[in-house]
Amino acid sequence: MSNKKALLAALCASVALSGCAALESKPAPAAAVHINEDPFPSTYVRYPGVPTVIRHATAFTGDGQQINDATVVLADGLIQAVGGPELASPAGALEIDGTGKFVTPGIIDVHSHLGDYPSPGVSANADGNEATDPVTPEVWAEHSVWPQDPGFSRALVNGGVTTLQILPGSANLFGGRSVVLKNVPGRTAQEMKFPGAPYGLKMACGENPKRVYGSHDHMPQTRMGNIALARETWIKAVAYKKKWDKYYAKGGDMPERDLAMDTLKGVLEGKILVQNHCYRADEMANMIDMSKEFGYHVTAFHHAVEAYKIADLLRDNGICAVMWADWYGFKMEAYDAIKENIPLVHNAGACAIVHSDDPNYIQRLNQEASKALADGIRAGLPNLSEAVAWEWLTANPAKALGILDRTGTLTAGKMADVVLWNGDPFSDYSRPERVWIDGAEMYDANDPKKRPVSDFELGQPGEGDVK
Amino acid sequence: MIRRAVAALLLAAAVPAGAQTFAISGGTVALGDGSPPIPNGMVVVRDGRIVAAGDVRMKLPDGTQVIDATGKWVTPGIVAGFSGLGLADVGFGAEGAADTKNEGPFSAAIDVSTEINPSAVPVAVNRADGVTRAIVAPSAGKSIFAGQGAVIDTGADRDPITAARKFQFVELGQDAADKAGGSRASAHVLFRNALREASVLSRYGTPVPAGTRATPQERERPVVQNPNESRIYSAQRPEDALLTRFDAAALVPVLEGRQQLLVHAERASDILQVIDLEREFPKLKIVLVGATEGWLVADQIAKSGIPVIAAAVNDLPASFEQIAATQSNVGRMRAAGVDVAIGMPGDNETHNLFMERQYAGNLVGLQKIPGATGVSWGEALAMITSRPAEIIGMGDEIGSLAAGRRADVVIWSGDPLEASSAAEHVYIDGVEQPLQTHQTRLLDRYRYLPRTDLPKAYRH
Repeated sequence: MSNKKALLAALCASVALSGCAALESKPAPAAAVHINEDPFPSTYVRYPGVPTVIRHATAFTGDGQQINDATVVLADGLIQAVGGPELASPAGALEIDGTGKFVTPGIIDVHSHLGDYPSPGVSANADGNEATDPVTPEVWAEHSVWPQDPGFSRALVNGGVTTLQILPGSANLFGGRSVVLKNVPGRTAQEMKFPGAPYGLKMACGENPKRVYGSHDHMPQTRMGNIALARETWIKAVAYKKKWDKYYAKGGDMPERDLAMDTLKGVLEGKILVQNHCYRADEMANMIDMSKEFGYHVTAFHHAVEAYKIADLLRDNGICAVMWADWYGFKMEAYDAIKENIPLVHNAGACAIVHSDDPNYIQRLNQEASKALADGIRAGLPNLSEAVAWEWLTANPAKALGILDRTGTLTAGKMADVVLWNGDPFSDYSRPERVWIDGAEMYDANDPKKRPVSDFELGQPGEGDVK
Repeated sequence: MIRRAVAALLLAAAVPAGAQTFAISGGTVALGDGSPPIPNGMVVVRDGRIVAAGDVRMKLPDGTQVIDATGKWVTPGIVAGFSGLGLADVGFGAEGAADTKNEGPFSAAIDVSTEINPSAVPVAVNRADGVTRAIVAPSAGKSIFAGQGAVIDTGADRDPITAARKFQFVELGQDAADKAGGSRASAHVLFRNALREASVLSRYGTPVPAGTRATPQERERPVVQNPNESRIYSAQRPEDALLTRFDAAALVPVLEGRQQLLVHAERASDILQVIDLEREFPKLKIVLVGATEGWLVADQIAKSGIPVIAAAVNDLPASFEQIAATQSNVGRMRAAGVDVAIGMPGDNETHNLFMERQYAGNLVGLQKIPGATGVSWGEALAMITSRPAEIIGMGDEIGSLAAGRRADVVIWSGDPLEASSAAEHVYIDGVEQPLQTHQTRLLDRYRYLPRTDLPKAYRH
């Protein structure tokens, strides 16, 4: 019995019978109460910056353009202008000579486990896989993120990573919600949360779910089991959404809430983006058909080692492929990895993204893109350049996270998430020299005070190192 | 100039017609010995060996094949400093595709050379990326002793072993503590007990001298004749022996300093314990593997003379034995005088050895970061070529382009420490290697996706 019915019954017991009968025959449906869909809101507030002008650098804008002798103007947390030497400086702006240097949008890693599988890698802090059931869309990665993971600072100062998506692991078919973070140190995960970024749902196909549960004589034990269990779950989600749609349209009794189904309902409504771990071409095709069966869209296939085999399918369905440059063979579903995967996907007209899935690789995503670019050019693929390859590191990742309108390119009006590199970032010899997030300088190679040090590292040997 | 003269002399000794002589000319040549690259250099190869390399100008015998490397870079092949190359085709979840577990009853007696598969995909993938030799270690199973490692080549042939049973590998850090029952103290007692049991056996019979069995090829001659020193099988052993006879016998050459002992330790205090072993067992020929916190005790390591095969750029406190991790570790150890090579301990060591040159490039880049310590370009290349070769005792055979070395030579599209450069020609023992792999064949098949008259399976 709902609270309202109980209240009605109590009223009836205390008033005249006739009046009570009249009340029961015409129940006015109560207006629907909307569930708070953001119970753990971002408390991120940009840090103060000074108006800054970078001049004479080579810019990769992130949307395919290269500007030589570029000028980039940052103020009030935003990119104010991007252009050539003719651009004027705001009064009192800090002028930085970028001669011989390169300026780019901050790198965005769409696949990280920093915070939920932090360093040190001890079981006490291993919080990435709720491997107790293959279907756990109810868990949220942000509740596992340890903001003191020392990996965040390495990704910033060595990798120039300014935004990253933290995902649950891939043990489960439905692993839970992801969270998108600004790479600023925080006392809480909420202080790092990218304001307004949509949630993601981590899904997985292939070896991992069937291994984790199959070894416990629990469904799924096979790839067909993977799909069957996922479809059964979507059937429930569609029914759940229908119940809530009706409730929101007509009011009445509030349906019982189910956290897992809340997440899937968000996917069916297009509010939550599907981030699908999937290696093999044939399995990606199965996942695409399943998404059509239930009316949702796969935003990106992560670890899409065989994306090159179905790059046309990915293009036609508007799905990004999230890839490594050259990881291969570490498991069967990575056996057919090839070094030209990323440029082949790009060349087919699909959305290609470089990712890390690793606290070390996240420090060198620019070099991963460099390898993929060089392999693509050697394979004779047309229209590739460093400026084009930078799309794989910022604009396409931003698109896959639903934040391209706010970051991911050097465009006036976007967040001033910017890296100044001490050389061409497609070289092994180059590193970030300065990194801004929302216009606040969070790293300066020449200023030891402009380096974050996690709580964990305080008082430990190496605390003062650049790392 | 001196090099030029020597080369001229060597060639003056007349090259017989038809000998396998070729020269690579016009490229930027780096010798791998720590020296900077030499523009417009030459490399001359005869019968699988380097005759001369560097700033050499000589008259070549008529008919000598001359490969034009103008605009290219030429270096010795990469020597993977610490690897599992050839031990696994697939890392995980594929029965029969990996020989990396050693959970059976034996430990120190294990001989990794018996399980190298030269046809494994990772061998070809790394060969195609200029890795020509690898130091291959078994991984430890139940015991702290992993067994005996080998040096291999990556040539496309059935003969991968350059040197079998070249070293013993032992864990003496966190991994050892776990295997020994939960503490480093237990591991150290296990270690000492193992050497004691070897010592008992060593009293029986003269050790078999190394390399007495004539083999058709010198490179197959092992340091230790038979892994298990067969003459001491019948020796009496104490009743409290923990090791199998086979394992204890395999440690005799370690104890006697005839076989190197590679010791994995990361924590500064563990490294000091390893250094201390040399006082107790003066004949041990120790090499440190890992040494993430080596920079904290770099002076002590330098003083001990123990060389280090380190991971290049791990800068995360990934475990409690790596709290002080920094990318400056290698540079700081080197600056303190430690002999350092780069390896891949615990870093995709069965598959991604090609990453060593990218890591080496990153150490060069570190020189530009205030407060960090990197290494010069020449030193970085040496750390993935001659240094590992020298550390493993094969510096006179592999790892550089010095005269007389095996002709493991790579012609690169550009600077090899840039990961974007590629190997265009790879020679092992002077033999040009195929660069085709499973991966390049897949590229050929899927480069164009439109439907054709027959399925993709017919495109080969």
